[in-house]
Amino acid sequence: MWDYTDKVKDHFMNPRNVGDIADADAVGEVGSLACGDALKLFIKLDENKERIVDAKFQTFGCGSAIASSSALTEMIKGKTLDEALQITNQEIADFLGGLPEEKMHCSVMGQEALEVAIAKYRGGPVPTHDHGHEHEQEGEIVCKCFGLTDGFLKKVIGQNRLHTAEQVTHFTKAGGACGGCIPKIKELIAEVLGEQQKLEPKRPERLTNLRKMQLIQEVLENEVRPQLWADGGDLELIDIAGSNVQIAFRKACAGCASSSYTARFVEQKLRELVAEDISVEEVQG
Amino acid sequence: MKEIYLDNNATTRVDDAVFEEMRPYFCELYGNPSSMHYFGGQVQQKVDEARQRVATLIGAHPEEIIFTACGTESDNAAIRSALEVFPNKRHVITTRVEHPAVLTMCRGLSKHGYRVTELNVDGEGRLDLDELRNAIDENTAIVSIMYANNETGVIFPIEEVGRIVKEKGALFHTDAVQAVGKIPLNMAESTIDMLSISGHKLHAPKGIGVLYVRKGIPFRPFMVGGHQEKSRRAGTENTAAIIALGKACELAGKHLDEENTRVKAMRDRLERELLRLIPAARINGGKAERLPNTLSIAFEFVEGELILLYLSELGICASSGSACTSGSLEPSHVLRAMGVPFTCAHGSIRFTLSRYTTEEEVDTVIRELPRIIRRGREMSPFGRELLQQQ
Repeated sequence: MWDYTDKVKDHFMNPRNVGDIADADAVGEVGSLACGDALKLFIKLDENKERIVDAKFQTFGCGSAIASSSALTEMIKGKTLDEALQITNQEIADFLGGLPEEKMHCSVMGQEALEVAIAKYRGGPVPTHDHGHEHEQEGEIVCKCFGLTDGFLKKVIGQNRLHTAEQVTHFTKAGGACGGCIPKIKELIAEVLGEQQKLEPKRPERLTNLRKMQLIQEVLENEVRPQLWADGGDLELIDIAGSNVQIAFRKACAGCASSSYTARFVEQKLRELVAEDISVEEVQG
Repeated sequence: MKEIYLDNNATTRVDDAVFEEMRPYFCELYGNPSSMHYFGGQVQQKVDEARQRVATLIGAHPEEIIFTACGTESDNAAIRSALEVFPNKRHVITTRVEHPAVLTMCRGLSKHGYRVTELNVDGEGRLDLDELRNAIDENTAIVSIMYANNETGVIFPIEEVGRIVKEKGALFHTDAVQAVGKIPLNMAESTIDMLSISGHKLHAPKGIGVLYVRKGIPFRPFMVGGHQEKSRRAGTENTAAIIALGKACELAGKHLDEENTRVKAMRDRLERELLRLIPAARINGGKAERLPNTLSIAFEFVEGELILLYLSELGICASSGSACTSGSLEPSHVLRAMGVPFTCAHGSIRFTLSRYTTEEEVDTVIRELPRIIRRGREMSPFGRELLQQQ
């Protein structure tokens, strides 16, 4: 049984704002029957078309999908459209006292429906994917089962600082059916993490040997090993001699046919985050 | 709030008489059956009695009964044994609708040089025996096909399957975890080589299982160590649970008729009334032969977890398929294999009854579920369209 908070339970047992608005200013629809959840959001603006005065929803989905929709409608009332657009899926989850990670995609669906509704009202391009309805897509489809684009996935990965393909599945469903796109999702994670790190210039100009060793250990612990764990693998740091880093692969990585590829990935990470001259060597340890 | 427990394919309550039978074997009669003293010896006698009781329920000989820790262990042990017995046969046949205890294992084998055939089912969850005839050959080591499906209750024609398997010289294993205690089985007149039983599905405690291995069928142990179970399953016996399972099998034999009359009548009434009161509903596997206690019913345009949560709020315990698939995003692998329409694949609910189920409990579900489905549909954009049409 899912560990739902009392607030989540309250919102699926007694959902607020179920229904429709006949003269709604904006309507956003996401999801489909085949996906297992769908949300239709109605927004009514005040006379000046500035603030949201009413919001209603219809949702097909599980308890947390109903609760997320209910929470969203409560949160956006009284906000301007620009203020409403600032709401993240994490804030929807926080409003409910948290959601199980496997159910975070429900909060993402709420945020998505809001963006679609506002974009349609403003007449611009629909900013996110809109599965089930073949509207404008941003970017190229990555997850064919759920019709999710790279642009959408990168946004969710970045906003929620996701590190593993499993997390991306929990937040977006991508990769949750046939699993064919999981390698591509991993590439997207690497891409987004790389971009985030470029925004954080923390590398000092000159490294003492001690500082370099500390940094190598930190990067291996925080950036590299969690990604290997996601695939059931691991590595152990055997030695650091100047810029030469010796590692041994463990678990699924040990004896894995693509371990040389993994070693290059480790080297690339260390060069990017520690120093350009680092070389990684795989040893038997 | 008194629970209305209609999830008996997930697990069952331990029968009071079963609990009484096992109770002395914790603090008083805790001896090890292997010991060379009277204190252990008297436990050995009760273990032998339990073995006889299990054998009697399925028409087997006591020496064909191996006690294990669970149905999953029995399934794993049977398949691994066959592969060791036939090291040169590199083909395994199972079905797309097996329990994960078999399916996950077989899919793992495909990564280790084995060819694995997963037989399809039709829209009612039935096998096509011609597909089996075409798939099986001299290279097939084992065919593992469940007796009855845990999600839909659909019963497979196991004896016909067994005859096809025997012609090609392969071993035949069946996961009968859901069948034993619900329908009569007789190994004396059967083509089954190995059969798995799980205690907690028939009112014995969790943590006890059985692998039946026909006399003369070669067997290689999965667990090695001591000489327990004639060296076919090492590890000190779970004596209290074995004794409990023996009692549970004795009771299951006595209640077998009731299962197929009173319990079946309640299931049929529940099914009939729900179909009458709730539009856009269908029975999964409704045209197939099914277990007497199982009802898998799909509702269009409403999601299964929500239905379960609303039922749970009223104390009604059901399932949305297999417990193993409930954390997944996909509709259950069984329903997908059956090609259940996407409009209701996410809205399937399983009610599974037992001899403890009462007519009043069934009445409560018949009264409450139509309201719950209507409520879920009123919230759903697709469900509202359906309600407007009516």
